[in-house]
Amino acid sequence: MTALLAVLSLILIAIIVVQLGKVSELARKIRGEEEMQLMVNRRNGALSLLFLIVFLAATIASGLYYKNWFLGFGPHASASQHGGALDNMFAVTLFFTGIVFVLTHIALFYFAWRYQGRRGGKAEFLSHNNRLEVVWTLIPAVVMTFLVIKGLDAWNEVMADVSPEEEYIEIEATGMQFAWLLRYPGPDGKLGARDYKKISASNPLGQDWTDTKNHDDIHPTEIVLPVGKKVRVRITSRDVLHNFYLPHFRVKMDAVPGMPTYFVFTPSKTTEEYRQELKNYDEYNVPIDPDDPESLLKWEAFDYELACAELCGKGHFSMKRLVKIVPEAEYQDWLSKQQSYYESTIKGTDDDPFKSETDAISEAAPEEVEDLQEEAAE
Amino acid sequence: MANVATPVTTTPKYDEDLLIEEYGYDDHFHEHHEGDKYQANFITTYIFSQDHKIIAKQFLITGMFWAIVGALMSLVFRLQLGFPEESLAWLKPVLGKWIVVNDAGVGTLAPEFYYALVTMHGTILVFFVLTAGLSGTFSNLLIPLQIGARDMASPFLNMLSYWFFFLASVVMFFSLFLNTGPFAGGWTAYPPLSALPQASSGSGAGMTLWVVSLVFFVVSVLLGGINYITTVLNLRTKGMSMWRMPLTIWSFFITAIIGLLSFPVLVSAFFLVVFDRELNTSFFLNEIFINNQALDYAGGSPVLYQHLFWFFGHPEVYIIILPAMGMVSEVLSVHSRKPIFGYKAMVFSILAIAFLSFIVWAHHMFMSGVNPFISNFFVVFTLIIAVPSAVKVFNWIATLYGGNIRFNAASLFGIGFVSMFISGGLTGIFLGNSAIDIQLHDTYFVVAHFHIVMGVAAFFGMFAGIYNWFPKMYGRFMNDTLGKIHFWGTLVGAYAVFWPMHYLGMAGVPRRYYSFDNFETFSHFAGLNQFITIAAIVTFGFQILFVINFFYSIWYGKKMTTRNPWGASTLEWTTPIKTGHGNWPGKVPTVQRWAYDYGKDGKEYIPQIVPAQEGETNVH
Repeated sequence: MTALLAVLSLILIAIIVVQLGKVSELARKIRGEEEMQLMVNRRNGALSLLFLIVFLAATIASGLYYKNWFLGFGPHASASQHGGALDNMFAVTLFFTGIVFVLTHIALFYFAWRYQGRRGGKAEFLSHNNRLEVVWTLIPAVVMTFLVIKGLDAWNEVMADVSPEEEYIEIEATGMQFAWLLRYPGPDGKLGARDYKKISASNPLGQDWTDTKNHDDIHPTEIVLPVGKKVRVRITSRDVLHNFYLPHFRVKMDAVPGMPTYFVFTPSKTTEEYRQELKNYDEYNVPIDPDDPESLLKWEAFDYELACAELCGKGHFSMKRLVKIVPEAEYQDWLSKQQSYYESTIKGTDDDPFKSETDAISEAAPEEVEDLQEEAAE
Repeated sequence: MANVATPVTTTPKYDEDLLIEEYGYDDHFHEHHEGDKYQANFITTYIFSQDHKIIAKQFLITGMFWAIVGALMSLVFRLQLGFPEESLAWLKPVLGKWIVVNDAGVGTLAPEFYYALVTMHGTILVFFVLTAGLSGTFSNLLIPLQIGARDMASPFLNMLSYWFFFLASVVMFFSLFLNTGPFAGGWTAYPPLSALPQASSGSGAGMTLWVVSLVFFVVSVLLGGINYITTVLNLRTKGMSMWRMPLTIWSFFITAIIGLLSFPVLVSAFFLVVFDRELNTSFFLNEIFINNQALDYAGGSPVLYQHLFWFFGHPEVYIIILPAMGMVSEVLSVHSRKPIFGYKAMVFSILAIAFLSFIVWAHHMFMSGVNPFISNFFVVFTLIIAVPSAVKVFNWIATLYGGNIRFNAASLFGIGFVSMFISGGLTGIFLGNSAIDIQLHDTYFVVAHFHIVMGVAAFFGMFAGIYNWFPKMYGRFMNDTLGKIHFWGTLVGAYAVFWPMHYLGMAGVPRRYYSFDNFETFSHFAGLNQFITIAAIVTFGFQILFVINFFYSIWYGKKMTTRNPWGASTLEWTTPIKTGHGNWPGKVPTVQRWAYDYGKDGKEYIPQIVPAQEGETNVH
């Protein structure tokens, strides 16, 4: 029934459209071809002008309305040290392209209106002007040169890898369908070796447990980092392409199976500082749950997020981890409370290559218990 | 200004038959093709036709079919994005198991099918509509007609070109109905997602059919391209020097060369993916653990595929936009009754863009793990493209300046094209600068950019071409009032759809997300997403207007009464209203001048077949 109605309404629309067309052709016949064309020119010339005004007004008004979402403005300010350079680059480009956008659109639609075909109108024979061509080749060339130099300056600085003598924290993020696996190096500051063939349910990263550098490695469920410390993220993938994306930190890099990539950045604002900034914006002063006025306000509940930005399958949109930036002391405190994955899950199991040593200890243990029990009995 | 304008006083009448008889060149075509076997019956005339005009129509109508399918797909996934809470259960009769209905009766699109729709939308629009439907249609229609040729250099290859496209279409269409769904790994088909059947449900049979279809498609493009190049180089009529060719021909010619150089690279990438899939080679795969299993692939690199793909993929966007540019140049010039401004600058900018298009591919890969140092070169070359593009824009605007513009659907779409190309081109300057791309890569800013600059703009060029040359194709006019409504609706609608996506992108919202609820950062735009969806539905409505107008006009449109309704100077309008096989009934016209003598020496226009007059100025 609904299908029939849909088909009928489609047919109805088609009939209306066709009739509309017929009416317009009749009008053309009655008024005469030339008169009609002049009227069309007047109307569409006027519409061009109208469109120009409305379009520019709409783009500027909507830009102002959404200005909080422009890079480097409003609540979405960058939370990393390099982010400012990118946001600045964006603003500079917006300045130049904005001018070109407005001027060319004014010229385009103003000329369309101004040079609409008129009664007895004549077009000028203007075929070329080499001096003009040179001028409007050089101007964009100069602007582009400026943008390229400025852009590459920022790019090479942002993308530079750490130098060995520098002090930095190395962490690792591994993409899989559909989650991010995180790894911290532990007290030794070194990530242990991995082999994808060793991956199993109990060893999600394929860590080689004979490599003792692995024994203190931590598998946290969220990224916690100290503010103001350089971080090098080692980015890898277990299966397909993923992309390590931290929108607030202006960080984005593909995770490629078999080819570790990296991104170096320095968080510049703690989560708490960022929350305080968000407090100033109305849209963050509403409860997170619209049905529950008692729930936390959005700025109070805010957390940095890690997302995936490279299509990786049906769960691509759900690969989230929270990111927390804290003061150094709090970070050290958090770090000291983390238990290494080896300690918590691997040690003493069949997967542990050092099991025989641990077994020796655990075999000794029951006797000690007995001793204790005997002592207690006496 | 270099050329002094003279007042136009006369609207001249030319007798084309007489001019061709007097100055034309007798190639005895019709003596050889008496009772032409190629036009003997219905099948050879309309189905397996070797006539370039019929093949053009076949490309156009197949392209239109795919455009509708592709647009409908986008509406379905836009509904999911704009109204995730609303039930899509009413789509169950069409989409079946891909609509998951919960206990409360609320139906949602299955995520894997959302990705399949996104992938198919991209594949269909880029390849089937904007490559075959645009370049295939108008290269076929206009190259022989505008250079004064009887047909393509090889009519048989031309026919094959269409039928390989048809075959590709059938295979792709069939893949939509697979039990496991069509391919769902994005139109770029990056491995390992595309190479491993276990990586997603569409990566099995769906990907197999996808790749088979596209290999057929590339065969079609190459057969067409070789033909276009050969025809332009060898079959130009007497007097049609390269510098007298209309800009349409220049753009089709350069497009075909780009296609010939880039599509084979795509096929090689596809073959290597197939080897990885079927023969366990490791071109693109390395150290993969998936579905609880460590695979034996070692030593390959997914980044290698991206290099091969984008070595094709970037030229491809110019394969799409150059024909549109050529047609817009022609349409703007004809309807403002002025020569195209800076003809040679326009040709040189096409050549510059074509050359640069081959050395910018890695700007799609700034964030893919390639050495950041390499990106420096690609940033430089990418932003250089802005220069010839700007030159083209300024020349189009200067073409309108001082004109006597005849407003109709064709010229309006030409003007709209320039607006879209400016808007979309300028955002390319953001994305081409790798530093800004760190944040904007794979966000909705990119979606906004490429939809405006190569999606909407190319469609506008195509619409300008269809409205302008419809009379040449069918001997009738499309209704122009409906055409103008179609234009204004589409102009406003397309901006309403894609402009807001810039704001989403600036806020960091990633593309290809089925739902934005998981992330606080991306969840601020429910209202904007609804607006975009509604705008998309309305804009689609205006396209229905076009489709009705198109098919109605084929049979019932206003008939052509004169053979040159626009007062254009190019050769296609010297053919009879009913243009038969061989295009000209007698001799082939010879060309005496360039294609843009509008408003010169007091004449509104001078066709290319009119010899230079005594005392004439500026003879090109």
